[in-house]
Amino acid sequence: MSKLPSKRDETLGGYIVHGIPFPVDTDPDSLAFLKKMAPILIEQEYKITYLHSYAQDSPWFAGLANKHLLASQRPDGGYTYANPRGHDMYTGEETRWIDITDVPAHVHAFTVCYFGSEEFLPETPFVLALIEFEGVNTLLLTRLMGVDPAAPSLDWIGMEVRPQFLRNSKLKPTDVYFAPKG
Amino acid sequence: MRPVYAISGGVSKFAKTRPDKTFQAVIKEAYDYAINDLGLDFETFTRLVDGSVASYFSDHFARQLMAGIMAQDYLGLCPKPGHRVEGGGATGGLCFQEAWKSVASGHMDICVAYGFETMSHVETWKGNEFIALASDISFDYPVGGFYSGYYAMMVTRHMKEFGTTPEQLAHVSVKNHLNAYYNPYSQKRNRYTIQDVRNAPMVAWPLTRLDICVMSDGAAATILVSEEGLKKLEAAGAEIARPLVKVTGIGRGTDAMRMADRPHFDYDTFMSDYATEQEKSSDETRAYYRKLWDHGTRYPGVHSFRAGRTAGNMAWKHAGISDPLNELDFVELHDAYTSSEIQTYEDLGLCRYGEGGEFAASGKAFMPGIDYGLDLPEKSACAVNPSGGLIACGHPVGATGLMQAVFAIWQLQGTVKKHFNDDRLQVRDAKRGAIHSHAGTGTYVSVSVMEREG
Repeated sequence: MSKLPSKRDETLGGYIVHGIPFPVDTDPDSLAFLKKMAPILIEQEYKITYLHSYAQDSPWFAGLANKHLLASQRPDGGYTYANPRGHDMYTGEETRWIDITDVPAHVHAFTVCYFGSEEFLPETPFVLALIEFEGVNTLLLTRLMGVDPAAPSLDWIGMEVRPQFLRNSKLKPTDVYFAPKG
Repeated sequence: MRPVYAISGGVSKFAKTRPDKTFQAVIKEAYDYAINDLGLDFETFTRLVDGSVASYFSDHFARQLMAGIMAQDYLGLCPKPGHRVEGGGATGGLCFQEAWKSVASGHMDICVAYGFETMSHVETWKGNEFIALASDISFDYPVGGFYSGYYAMMVTRHMKEFGTTPEQLAHVSVKNHLNAYYNPYSQKRNRYTIQDVRNAPMVAWPLTRLDICVMSDGAAATILVSEEGLKKLEAAGAEIARPLVKVTGIGRGTDAMRMADRPHFDYDTFMSDYATEQEKSSDETRAYYRKLWDHGTRYPGVHSFRAGRTAGNMAWKHAGISDPLNELDFVELHDAYTSSEIQTYEDLGLCRYGEGGEFAASGKAFMPGIDYGLDLPEKSACAVNPSGGLIACGHPVGATGLMQAVFAIWQLQGTVKKHFNDDRLQVRDAKRGAIHSHAGTGTYVSVSVMEREG
């Protein structure tokens, strides 16, 4: 049997207080006593919306929205990046786009996340994977579906997979995910 | 470059939360300790110190830009020169090296490096989110958004390629937690078994909660000087421990922010550009690596840290080290995860690539004289994380690398008992040690070597 929680989950929220205990007089003894005062903690909300540009990588997201997985390749047909990259890191040359949607792909590494950062907690457990593509020199980080997050296995590494695309694009890298080729 | 000596340090108690003090006042705890350990008073040191380097990772945690100048101001160091460095988890290690540069270059005779992080101001899950912003926010963060997940993927690859086991990872957790049991500065002082580690809540398979460091509030400070700085301090009444501790090796490396973009080099490239001198010179090791490559291993891939190997090789060359395992008495390394300690054994050449798991369970990295409750087949060869490391001491990011420096100084001065009120973590007759600081998924790594003179 799994261990039962012994603590309640807590939030940062609290009451609005109209009055803080403080000495009635500010004589030296009372002021000295303030050194023993516990700290006051308050909530400070910080929220901001960024206008984020995908810039030269934008065609990659447009590709996903149209169910194509693009990659970046050196103009001589050499080094190929599964992630978009405007310039080759070895020659400094501008890369060109190639379509790797139908290139054979396999799981290179994976994990199952049972916890996460705040934004992704509602999605746990989820499977993260790095995918390798034939003829492509680097990997792609993605979500892996179609495997049981309750039964992770090293046998998943090497498994052939294929890309799947969201029907309604969110213009995020999660517009593409992978599943076992079946 | 001039000789540089690390003469003193201080660490605040690392804790889950420090609401009792502002970050400046927590830094002052560590700073005052370092000054007092020299036998100097605040005003005398303030008059003599030439400047500072400040270290903190995330503006998000403090929700305060330019926190460095607020610390400089609070410590009474204005208008002396100072700047902030930032390099993710390696921030503290980089800060130490920036202070070294200031002294070695002749720009300063006395430089103080201080660092902090206050991670308790947000809930753990939001903290995970902030840390994950140190991954590419266009391509990595939206997919995973979780550093433990990134590291767990490295683990599964390491397990698949080299046969590393979760139980071998757990040996690191047992070792570091028990070391920290004797370290009064550490955040977690617990005894665990391999079973405790494996039965802890699973975070990202196969890493459990006890394979992963915690978030902390804390600060650390170190004082670095030239020979001229030493004379100035001693003329003012400082009592500086002899033999001196000298910084003898500095190394740094980097790698691509996106782990997926790391190269997969062939055998010849690895041997020519990344192998240690020891690996290159051994027929048996070259044959071992040839066999790995024949079975599909490529370097660094996601199982190894090219930045760590680059930093290590650079620091060893600088310090004249050719056999780190036998020429270092201890290493304080960046064990944000048990798995990253194992990966770093390999990067630093304490063992060969692929042998980190076996090395972890061998006993070679354990402290002699401490009963870990484990059946360890070999004797200690080079204690790794005798302080308890990040996993047990805590990881207030900007302070962590400097904490390692402070503990290394105390080891080499032979003063662990004085500072810990316990000598079980004192590495006997420690002459040479290294500190290793590591960022992101292996993006910035620093390695610094310190030696006791004489």
